[in-house]
Amino acid sequence: MDQAIDIEGAVKRYGTVTALHGVSLSIADNEFFTLLGPSGCGKTTLLRMIAGFEDITAGEIRLFGQNIARLEPNQRPVNTVFQQYALFPHMTVIENVGFGLKMKGFDATQRKARAGQMLEMVHLSDYADRRPSQLSGGQQQRVALARALAPEPKVLLLDEPLSALDLKLRQAMRVELKQLQEDTGITFIFVTHDQEEALTMSDRIAVMSSGRVQQIGTARDIYETPVNRFVADFIGETNLLEVTVSKADGDTAEVILPGGHHLICPAAGARLGQQHLSIRPERLRLAHGAGQLSATVQRVVYLGTDLHVMLVLEGGTQLVARLQNSRQLSAPEAGAHVFLDLDDGAARLLAD
Amino acid sequence: MKGVRHYPGFLSITLLCLVVLYGPLLVVTAYSFNGSTSITQWGGFSLRWYIDVFTGPEAPRFRSAAWNSLTIAIMAAISATMIATAAALAMMRAGRFRGKSLTFALINLPLMVPEIVTAVATLIFFSMIGLTTGYLTILLAHITFCIPFAYLPIAARLQGIDDSYEQAARDLYASRTQSFFLILLPLMAPGVISGFLLAFIISLDDFIITNFVKGAGMETLPTAIFGSVKLGIKPNIMAISTLMLGVSVLFVTLSYLINRKGRQSP
Repeated sequence: MDQAIDIEGAVKRYGTVTALHGVSLSIADNEFFTLLGPSGCGKTTLLRMIAGFEDITAGEIRLFGQNIARLEPNQRPVNTVFQQYALFPHMTVIENVGFGLKMKGFDATQRKARAGQMLEMVHLSDYADRRPSQLSGGQQQRVALARALAPEPKVLLLDEPLSALDLKLRQAMRVELKQLQEDTGITFIFVTHDQEEALTMSDRIAVMSSGRVQQIGTARDIYETPVNRFVADFIGETNLLEVTVSKADGDTAEVILPGGHHLICPAAGARLGQQHLSIRPERLRLAHGAGQLSATVQRVVYLGTDLHVMLVLEGGTQLVARLQNSRQLSAPEAGAHVFLDLDDGAARLLAD
Repeated sequence: MKGVRHYPGFLSITLLCLVVLYGPLLVVTAYSFNGSTSITQWGGFSLRWYIDVFTGPEAPRFRSAAWNSLTIAIMAAISATMIATAAALAMMRAGRFRGKSLTFALINLPLMVPEIVTAVATLIFFSMIGLTTGYLTILLAHITFCIPFAYLPIAARLQGIDDSYEQAARDLYASRTQSFFLILLPLMAPGVISGFLLAFIISLDDFIITNFVKGAGMETLPTAIFGSVKLGIKPNIMAISTLMLGVSVLFVTLSYLINRKGRQSP
């Protein structure tokens, strides 16, 4: 079966600056796919290329097998939800939602029925005859969604659509968006720099940085098995340590931490020498008696559900542990000497 | 912080400016309603000079001049607005192209060239290409010098319109033409109308260039007024001047109101 979107070696150059260095990825039909990365990583450029707002310097973009890379935006059966919504200010809400249908040649009756149906879906039926400027940010957002979904695109593109909303609304919209995607069965491609957004909604995530895809996988994949230093550092919090790999055989490697601690970690085909090691703060535990690492507590930050414990290993390496706040937990005090244990597989060697 | 009113000399400087700028206008407006034939002595309120403008001995001359002024202003303003709109689109929406700064300079240069130089140059140009001076040469000259005036409000408006509106239209299956006429033009409309009104006013009251390129026997309102004044100032000149002032104020107010209303919407 054809993928919804197949991107092959997409390159974008602006003069001498290269924004995308040959990106290739496939997105399955009915998938909620997220392009995640810091600003300037090329995620928006890639999305705009799929929409047709940016020319492609080299490469191919196929939509269900058809190469669309050089079609005009109005010839591509994809629709976009813009970051600032871009609702037409001189039209009413229902005219906005019906615009795509009008351009596709639907008559007034069909348009009204379909646009009304879309407004019902986003719970805005009562606002059909208002102007966009008379709606709140969250309502405008939903009109933008209805407008983009009304012509039944094969793929819906969303360019940081939640970034203009306040936190509460943003969290509610995440659930709504995911629900909408499941209900409509349309492939969503979602661009964001917010990892929490990406992790909560996406079927799969492509982590991008400096014009390249760093890793593609489920939320769990990219969080728990980051392939390189960038991904480990960008997604969630992590302790990044410079270590020396002293032994590597088969699936495990022995590493030496700066303070002289030894750790065994899973690493298929690790090379010897200097490398980076990632340990997630929540995978560190306080050990009773002896443990794998010994450290001194510098400071404890109370965060309600969690405690952030800042530690210094023997040898000066700084480390953060995140302990779940529970009745059983006896919080360590600053200056105390403690032992730490790692969950199995918590320490991961990273490529640069 | 102290308000501007508290600065020393605020009141006297303000009054001086107001008197110098608007005193003469007030005098002309007031004396246009003068009942006497003298231009300095008040002889009671009367509309006789307004009646004189429309029915007096100079009425046919003023009427044909006003007709010429009006038709030229309308045609010049329409043409200049269309050209200025196209220029603004090229400058604001076509991305970067070679000679963009040069184009910008060329569009705005007419605002800085002394009008008398433009007048002489235009006249010489018309005579070199063998065009007989008259209605057509006035129209062509007016279209040309109206372009930068129409361009200013149009470009300012266009600059404030995010290009995501056109992208959204294109994304929703509109062709380039549809996206321009259904989305961009309505959004630009306040600027376009302002540009048109400004060009209209500029054309309506131009004297120097018109006087050079009009040829014999052809008059617009400003040249007709000037011709009449050369024979001595009569109160009917004040009446016709006040009428022109009224038209200008009306158009400038319209332009301002339309622009303000436009700013409120998107």
